[in-house]
Amino acid sequence: MIPGSFDYFRPQSVAEASALLAKDDNARVLAGGHSLLPMMKLRMAQPSALIDLGGIGELRQIQFQGGQLHLGAMASQHDLLASDLVSEHAPILKEVALLIADPQVRYLGTIGGNVANGDPGNDMPAVMMALDAAFVLEGQHGRRNVKARAFYTGTYETALLPGEILTAVEIPTQVKGGFAYEKLKRKVGDYATAAAAVILSVKAGVVDACEITLTNLGPTALRAEAAASALIGKPAGHPGAIDAAVAAARAIMTPAHDTRGTPEYRTSAGGSMVRRAIQRALAKA
Amino acid sequence: MNDMTPTRAEREAKLEGMGCRRKRVEDIRFTQGKGNYVDDIKLPGMLFGDFVRSPYAHARVNKIDATRALQVPGVLAVLTAEDLKGVNLAWMPTLAGDVQMVLADGKVLFQNQEVAFVVATDRYAAADGIEAVDVDYEPLEVLVDPFQSMAEGAPLLREDIKDKTEGAHGKRKHYNHIFEWTVGDKDLTDAAFRNADVTINEMISYHRTHPSPLETCQAIASFDKVKGELTLWGTFQAPHVVRTVASLLSKIPEQKIHVIAPDVGGGFGNKVGVYPGYICAIVASIVTGKPVKWVEDRMENLTATSFARDYHMTTEIAATKEGKVTALRVHVLADHGAFDACADPSKWPAGFFNIVTGSYDFPVALCTVDGVYTNKAPGGVAYRCSFRVTEAAYCIERGMDILAQKLGMDPAELRMRNFIRRDQFPYQSALGWEYDSGDYHTAMKQAMEKLDYAGLRAEQQKKREAFKAGLTREIMGIGVSFFTEIVGAGPSKNCDILGIAMFDSCEIRVHPTGAVIARMGTKSQGQGHETTWAQIIASEIGIPADDIMVEEGNTDTAPYGLGTYGSRSTPVAGAAIAMASRKVKAKAQLIAAYLLEVHEDDLEWDVDGFRVKGLPEKFKSMKEIAWTAYHSPPPGLEPGLEAVSYYDPPNMTYPFGAYFCVMDIDVDTGVYKVRRFYALDDCGTRINPMIIEGQVHGGLTEAFAIAMGQEIRYDEGGNVLTGSFMDFFIPTAVETPVWETDFTVTPSPHHPIGAKGVGESPNVGGVPAFSNAVNDAFSFLGSTHIQMPHDYWRNWEAAKKLGVVE
Repeated sequence: MIPGSFDYFRPQSVAEASALLAKDDNARVLAGGHSLLPMMKLRMAQPSALIDLGGIGELRQIQFQGGQLHLGAMASQHDLLASDLVSEHAPILKEVALLIADPQVRYLGTIGGNVANGDPGNDMPAVMMALDAAFVLEGQHGRRNVKARAFYTGTYETALLPGEILTAVEIPTQVKGGFAYEKLKRKVGDYATAAAAVILSVKAGVVDACEITLTNLGPTALRAEAAASALIGKPAGHPGAIDAAVAAARAIMTPAHDTRGTPEYRTSAGGSMVRRAIQRALAKA
Repeated sequence: MNDMTPTRAEREAKLEGMGCRRKRVEDIRFTQGKGNYVDDIKLPGMLFGDFVRSPYAHARVNKIDATRALQVPGVLAVLTAEDLKGVNLAWMPTLAGDVQMVLADGKVLFQNQEVAFVVATDRYAAADGIEAVDVDYEPLEVLVDPFQSMAEGAPLLREDIKDKTEGAHGKRKHYNHIFEWTVGDKDLTDAAFRNADVTINEMISYHRTHPSPLETCQAIASFDKVKGELTLWGTFQAPHVVRTVASLLSKIPEQKIHVIAPDVGGGFGNKVGVYPGYICAIVASIVTGKPVKWVEDRMENLTATSFARDYHMTTEIAATKEGKVTALRVHVLADHGAFDACADPSKWPAGFFNIVTGSYDFPVALCTVDGVYTNKAPGGVAYRCSFRVTEAAYCIERGMDILAQKLGMDPAELRMRNFIRRDQFPYQSALGWEYDSGDYHTAMKQAMEKLDYAGLRAEQQKKREAFKAGLTREIMGIGVSFFTEIVGAGPSKNCDILGIAMFDSCEIRVHPTGAVIARMGTKSQGQGHETTWAQIIASEIGIPADDIMVEEGNTDTAPYGLGTYGSRSTPVAGAAIAMASRKVKAKAQLIAAYLLEVHEDDLEWDVDGFRVKGLPEKFKSMKEIAWTAYHSPPPGLEPGLEAVSYYDPPNMTYPFGAYFCVMDIDVDTGVYKVRRFYALDDCGTRINPMIIEGQVHGGLTEAFAIAMGQEIRYDEGGNVLTGSFMDFFIPTAVETPVWETDFTVTPSPHHPIGAKGVGESPNVGGVPAFSNAVNDAFSFLGSTHIQMPHDYWRNWEAAKKLGVVE
């Protein structure tokens, strides 16, 4: 449980960080380290250098501008919990952050690290897909935005190019409605056995808009579009519609077989999480 | 007497003796991070050793090439089995009469087995060195399922003993067979089964798990070449035994070996045995002439040093239709892994598993245990239980529930009908034990009343109807467990470790000022000995517990003892402490008689000193007596005031208890919630009720973990799937239920203070209570037995099998 040797840098700006990253193909960005450091201790990851973004103050800011909630990549899970702007513009993030590990981890774990790592077990990717967030990627050759829904290509595989750093998350203004994140886990600190995010709005008793996304039920976070469609246009709380949504969500789940259970179990439980999240979101809508 | 004279009650309170909820004195340092553990010890020039471990569960080791490793800066040496052969230490004896490889000798037999020992200037260099050792493995067929161990054509694991037909415990039936152990009367038992109205037969498995103490196993060896002396610091539950074993193995004379167990951060059986790390650290220190430290990491601890359980128990009970049990027949298939490294008393290959008749009056019984090898880590230690007692308790408590279900009888009622009655003690069990004392009916009744058992069963009935009617997806279970433990190993007539009788010891020195230092052969790993041992002495010799310093763990200063495990400290060392105290007191009486100018028979003991019978003002306190012992001892009497006692217990002690668990399970996700857990313990005389409650809380938390998810699980290739705390279930405060504790007091008749021991009862009694709650929840759907652990996905699988989820 001792990592190989590596260099450590703590740049003061994104430009400096980018320059360091561009110099060394085997360097990795450190943004909390709760996934990377254990992998290094197991020597499953052996980066030649760590570029710690913790010294770049601007990356920790949370702002609302131009109709978007802007989360600096180094805002910690705890920062999200303490932010009034998050409460106002994306309250589901608080519900999710509280389900991530424990307070010690939330003080150090960051939103950028959580979404950039590409781990299907992380909670924030699915939620960002539900919120239709965009990720700001910066490199030596400029910056670009990639939607969360297009960012994840496989387990630990993302649209990030070599040399790019995910510097911010931008979340568009949400329609007023209900939301819920239901997470089944074995214990505090565990990844989800199955989890589902639901964001929806109801107009005149009918579901008007809906997003359903899934955590740790496939190689990446999943957007369950057919499940959401099954609810849209149907009376809120219609049992047949909810059953159809659950079935549609289960149909796209391909969870791994691990110590959390068999794929069959995790798919079944995943459906239960979808059902409960829909019911709770409807109750709040 | 005036107002300033303390009352008798005040004098008693000042002692903080037995029965006092005295705060733990050791916690002053533990809660401030001021404990002193092995890894806190740093010696000048100290080196660090670490293992190259096998990625394979079964493979031939064709070549170990250390060339690259020796080029890593800081790496000084790489030890292999070939090097150890030079000092005859490539293999070592186990406590169970087997031998075990210290480093891979030709092949590896389990994943993460020790292959080579890299010695470096620090642990970082050692870790880099490990990466650079090139090992050529040739994978072999892997044997994981113990039920296949003795199959024809099963892979041969132990080439070293393949032709040995006699093992340490008799005949071997197959090259992967270790021992067969049988107790009881076969003919009478078989006859009782033939004549039974009702019988049950169920294969009840107690899965493999691990004690996983907070502090992993570790040691520092420092060999002084000039003096020829070895000092060994380690996380030892039994330091004196380690010294003897080290002497026998190394041929260093025993007086030249100094074993020191400093503060130990939990043991739970993990730190009884001798591990390759200790041997390699010693050899490396002898080779390099420098101190060498070895510290396991968490994954190494979980995967390589001492698992627990892995008993597969085919359980049969015969009974009359009125629910009176008539016979018990159990066959156990015991998976010991690659080497039999059980830490049991030497003559007991299956520990005290023959306590399996439990709290019930079985006229006849038969118990057979077959031990087999598999490609898994060696061990079979007693994880917070007396030797194999938790397996036995689980077996009988699950069996009684299955019988109750078959009879259509309430499980508590079935137990009441079959309990050994109070007037039957001392009770001879069908499998050979003499239970010292018990009052099971009283304990059970008290528990059922406090819990409102009848009310809970009524609620359960309603919930079952609601479930059947589709009104809820939650089912409710009530787990009943009534356990009898056998602890305090043990009487020399039947207990020894490598030939050393399992006595324990205490030495008490009263200093001139009346301050005391006391040393024992036991070793606290968190049990609070520094607090409770002082309380026994305080009550016995009338010196305040705060004036008594307790010291354990240094073989140079402490009297020889067999250590702390199997809940033996209070039954054995606790008795030695009382006996040594009484020797001190007897001498003190002679001194008091001299000071008061009376015959010693004219004195009576009064809280903290001696008083002349009928003359209350003629009194000498222990403090005055202590001063006199050093200042002006009576003519003819040696100066000083100290005593030592070695206590060989006449019998084991038999703590018992009634545990109940109330649980709700959501069938759709398998998620359970423990609504209530009530634990009544009878451990005889209670020395410190607060520490007892703490022990019960801790043991119940472990029992909860084991029953509800904690396991060492292997895949078909012998790879460990649960090698870190990500997958090996250790509950946090969030998952842990709230515990309700209660007690009755039935003193042990043969123990000097009547105490029986309690540390392990909650683990032993807790596991069946949780498992019975899960099984009880599902029973109305037609299930008789669901194997542990009962984690969410397995609960869901049970529900699915019973047809209540899609």
